[in-house]
Amino acid sequence: MSHAPQHLEAARYTWGGDEFLFVEISESMSLAANFKANAMAARLAARAIDGVVDICPANASLLVRFDPDTVPPDELESLVREVEEEVAHLSEQTLETRIIEIPVWYDDPYTRETGARFRKGHQRPEGTDLDFAAEENGLSSPQEFIRKHHESPWLVSMVGFVAGLPFMFQIVPHEDQLEVPKYLSPRTDTPPLTVGHGGCFACIYSVRGAGGYQMFGIAAAPIFDPAQKLADFSDFMIFFRPGDIVKFKPIDEDEYTAIQAEVEAGTFTYRQTPVTFDLQKALTDPSAHNRDILEKLNGI
Amino acid sequence: MAFDILEPGLATSVQDRGRFGYYNVGIPQGGAMDQLSASMANALVGNTADDAVLECAYLGPRFTTDTDAVIAVTGAPVEVRVNGTPVDEWSRLSLAAGDEVSFGMLSGGTRYYIAVQGGIDVPVVLGSRSTYTLGALGGFQGRALKAGDTVPVGAPSGSGPAMDVIPENLRPVHAKEVTVRILPGLYDHRLTAEGMETLVSAAWKLTPVADRMGLRYSGPDLEWKPRIQPFGAGSDPSNIVDAGYAIGSIQVPGGKEPIVLHRDAVSGGGYAMVATVISADMDVVARSAPGTLTHFEPVTMEQALAARADAAEVRRAVWA
Repeated sequence: MSHAPQHLEAARYTWGGDEFLFVEISESMSLAANFKANAMAARLAARAIDGVVDICPANASLLVRFDPDTVPPDELESLVREVEEEVAHLSEQTLETRIIEIPVWYDDPYTRETGARFRKGHQRPEGTDLDFAAEENGLSSPQEFIRKHHESPWLVSMVGFVAGLPFMFQIVPHEDQLEVPKYLSPRTDTPPLTVGHGGCFACIYSVRGAGGYQMFGIAAAPIFDPAQKLADFSDFMIFFRPGDIVKFKPIDEDEYTAIQAEVEAGTFTYRQTPVTFDLQKALTDPSAHNRDILEKLNGI
Repeated sequence: MAFDILEPGLATSVQDRGRFGYYNVGIPQGGAMDQLSASMANALVGNTADDAVLECAYLGPRFTTDTDAVIAVTGAPVEVRVNGTPVDEWSRLSLAAGDEVSFGMLSGGTRYYIAVQGGIDVPVVLGSRSTYTLGALGGFQGRALKAGDTVPVGAPSGSGPAMDVIPENLRPVHAKEVTVRILPGLYDHRLTAEGMETLVSAAWKLTPVADRMGLRYSGPDLEWKPRIQPFGAGSDPSNIVDAGYAIGSIQVPGGKEPIVLHRDAVSGGGYAMVATVISADMDVVARSAPGTLTHFEPVTMEQALAARADAAEVRRAVWA
């Protein structure tokens, strides 16, 4: 309804030195570009090519690390171009994935405190990041911004920057995308599990460190667990995978404390269920697409 | 068998060849910044090239060994002392139980390596013993060493030392002026022709903002072509929709002070990269101390691969 499925031009291939092939799928962010990046990454991985070291799908691009002593650059490029062709001719643009509920305490005192420490030089020194985000999006209040933030699900479009950090793109029509500029100068500190936003992307900071995204709240449970104490981390220390769908659930202080206690006791598990992401449906009728996948989550 | 750390030094960490295959979830390769020097230290003590070493930056640790041990120190020129007596870098050293190792001032470069026969025996995490400090992962409890740490040393496993001393002609040079070969690409088309010319013709000075994640250089501004920014890319012409970062890639936020990403790179972000340091010259960047004048020399893929083969020859000479 909002906009027709986008037709992507052929990708641009370029080299990052003698060990990296970079494939720019589109200069601009879109669900279609991200779908293509992930579809290419999955098919490339399935080929199990000798000498391919890392396959890193990103928002609208793909980075492949290779060992040129095993697979020469030209040969690798031909193989990746073959994969691009395959993806272009897919009859069904769907992805078997999962939807996960992520409890977030919005506008919490920890985030407020961190925001207050970095007011100097902020676009809106007198308020909070949420006040700024609401104004930038022409919304009446921070509460209205928070509602739009958790009411529609987000697609994990990239995992990285630091270990396990998800970049998320909201599955809504272009005109409903929440857009907020990054900090003018990056913070030197961000608490782990801060829910951030920069440009059109949401993120959850997985580790403590520098950051430039505006801060809206704090997620209640870990997303990176090197000790692998919780059941959701028994296979791998990093929770998110590209293609995951995230539904934020607003919680209050009591719920936050209760989840923290479960994490401490090692009993916390995320609410999640398998779903199918359908690109055409997400583009042509996002409301219906989102309603269907949210029903699956609510049904468990 | 262990080292008892009396003073940790500035940033001493356990490193090996690196952790590969997890860059897609943001875990960098890590590993010794100066791979050749680390590998030579291992060769001297009879380890394999895969064994873990201690990487020291500027100020080294002071430690004792609880048993007899065979060690070697390689890398940046530094005074090495055993029980206060100066000993040679680039050669095999025998320690008796209780001996104390300490270091004086650096006279060039930034990092040096301590290998011990048997290797530093911390647990292997995701295929490597390297320390990823930001993620508190690998190495010694996921962090740089502290006073009071007891660092475990493994049982000797190699087939005996490959060399007693690294010959002078094989030792890496720690120069105050270096040429680093780069392969232009990625988003180089977004720079103006003058911008690219400036990148490859200016003498860049390494700033003190240089660590395992990346190194920042000062010099003239680089000009980006103006454009209407694509959706999601951010407002500055140096911004792109967040993408994967090649290790060694050069980004120029706001057209100022290029940054070369190194072994502990963030795996992605929103700044356009315009070239990448070739694999053979990553060690050259690693050896640079702040103030080092650096010339970025553009090469072709063929030249990059030839340089890679030359670097492999040097490694073979050490491990033959």
